[in-house]
Amino acid sequence: MSTATEVAATDQADRTVPAPGSRRRVVEREKRRSSVLTVIVWITLIYFLVPLVWLFLSSTKNNADLFTTFGLWFGTAFRLFENIGSLFVFQDGIFTSWLANTVLYSVVSAVGAAVLATMCGFALAKYHFRGRNIVFAVILGAIMVPLTALALPTYLLFSAANLTDSVWAIILPSLVSPFGVYLMRVYAADSVDDSLMEAARIDGAGELAIFSRIALRLLAPGIVTVLLFQLVATWNNYFLPLIMLNTPSLYPVTVGLASWQASAAAGGGAQVLFSTVLTGSLVSIVPLIIAFLFLQRYWQSGLTTGGVKG
Amino acid sequence: MTTTVPAKPVTAVPAKHHRHPAVQRAQTRAAWILVTPFLVVFFAMFIVPLAYSAYLSTFTSQLVGGEVFSGIANYTRALNDPSFWEGLGRVALFLFIQVPIMLIAALFFALALDSARVRGGGTVRLLIFLPYAVPSVVAALMWGYLYGADFGLITQIFEGLGLSAPNLLNPSNVLGSTMNIVCWEFIGYNMIIMYAALRSVSADIYEAAEIDGAGQFRIAWSIKIPAIRQAIILTIIFSIIGSFQLFAEPNLLYNLAPNAIGNDFSPNLYAFNIAFKNQDVNYAAAIAFLLGLIIMIISYVVQTLINRKERSA
Repeated sequence: MSTATEVAATDQADRTVPAPGSRRRVVEREKRRSSVLTVIVWITLIYFLVPLVWLFLSSTKNNADLFTTFGLWFGTAFRLFENIGSLFVFQDGIFTSWLANTVLYSVVSAVGAAVLATMCGFALAKYHFRGRNIVFAVILGAIMVPLTALALPTYLLFSAANLTDSVWAIILPSLVSPFGVYLMRVYAADSVDDSLMEAARIDGAGELAIFSRIALRLLAPGIVTVLLFQLVATWNNYFLPLIMLNTPSLYPVTVGLASWQASAAAGGGAQVLFSTVLTGSLVSIVPLIIAFLFLQRYWQSGLTTGGVKG
Repeated sequence: MTTTVPAKPVTAVPAKHHRHPAVQRAQTRAAWILVTPFLVVFFAMFIVPLAYSAYLSTFTSQLVGGEVFSGIANYTRALNDPSFWEGLGRVALFLFIQVPIMLIAALFFALALDSARVRGGGTVRLLIFLPYAVPSVVAALMWGYLYGADFGLITQIFEGLGLSAPNLLNPSNVLGSTMNIVCWEFIGYNMIIMYAALRSVSADIYEAAEIDGAGQFRIAWSIKIPAIRQAIILTIIFSIIGSFQLFAEPNLLYNLAPNAIGNDFSPNLYAFNIAFKNQDVNYAAAIAFLLGLIIMIISYVVQTLINRKERSA
């Protein structure tokens, strides 16, 4: 545990980096491109992109073309919109419910987890109180406990309380983000100035007003980082909803797609399902990819200044 | 910065002990108001489930007589269970093969992009990171089809070249195929962590080395990598935790290759199958608990080892 504390400590030391150095670097950078390195890196990019390109192209094909035409080019007919149409009407349009469930689970969990982590992390960074070190030590220890090792115990508890197969069974466990608390603690220690809080106190502001009116604004980039990471974690979560839920209409997209993939693999005759599964996969990853593209400024600044940099 | 940054004790936030008691009291109260909501949820969703499953793991369900207290019997059973060890063995292979490949690749990309010698570096960074936005379920599903014989791209390419395609989903290849999926998903994520750390290293340090005539590889090896050692440790720990959690990938590949992936492919898959196929929650609780314990011990040992090595170096 002491080593993890060290991570936080060096974090602070590292971040007192003089800005001018990096600016100078940018200027000098312009004249030192390497063609060899550029070519190597761009060639390896193929590895990361081919599966996604293949997924897109496969979503534009009908089942016959899927089996008979080359994977990295279009089929004889462009069927993307037909595939999307049939995806959303398949099994009475259950895919729409899955998408809505995923959005509900991940947004509520991310907002809740970010709120809890911000409050807790701020208090741990900025106040001295008895028990602070114990609380922080417990949270650091909790980071080491893997999510899926916790999922089964959580299921057993929910099952004893008859709470499985409900929305709460997914949202409540996802509200806890020990790593989020750790991030916010590091971020708050660095971005909220003690003297600023002191000045507000002299002006007569209460402690909670200082938190809500002054600190929250300064913590915003860190909050967005925690929010995004929890959003991705819940959006991508598979194990917890798989064990918690029995009712297909409560499934998130991950569990739903996996169930379709299983029946596509099992029913050799039900080949129609292949293009539905592929189109569903494409549709399910588009929102997150768009979110990442548009919010990259936030998660990158969050990572660089407050974050996971260690 | 060839020497490591001395770790300041984290408690060294400006001391305020000389403060007026009323002010101190108001601050303590505010602190607890802010900390309590998290702690309540943490207690209910973290401590209680672990305690409850620890409790469950000390019972054994029997055909006659229901649940009987059995002490550590489930744990001794797990330690003598070849399936549990097989799963752990596969995870160990993951740790020694997949994790190093993934992290070295991530480090390579991070250093390449940080050196600013790559044209279009910003685009490259984003595209490598993109797979992280893809749920592991979709990644496993996609790669499963890419590997497959039906309309798999890899098979198509091999046949197009007139070669016989390898069966990537047979028992001897499926572990490697799984490793590839995990690499694809997480190289970008680890790269971003390392890249962010590299960007916060002061350029002055290695500009001086450059002026002294040090080559890029020397700078990367002797200055940059030591400077981001904490970030690298973080990625190692996260990868260890991730490897032990392996579930979605084998769970989905199982549908495509039921003969290659048994119900004990990874410890997590095994615990899942015990709980839901064999309906033996007590034993499943013991395995989940044991697994969590093993991960914590290994992460702790790895951290200590790396830190001690650094200190003696």
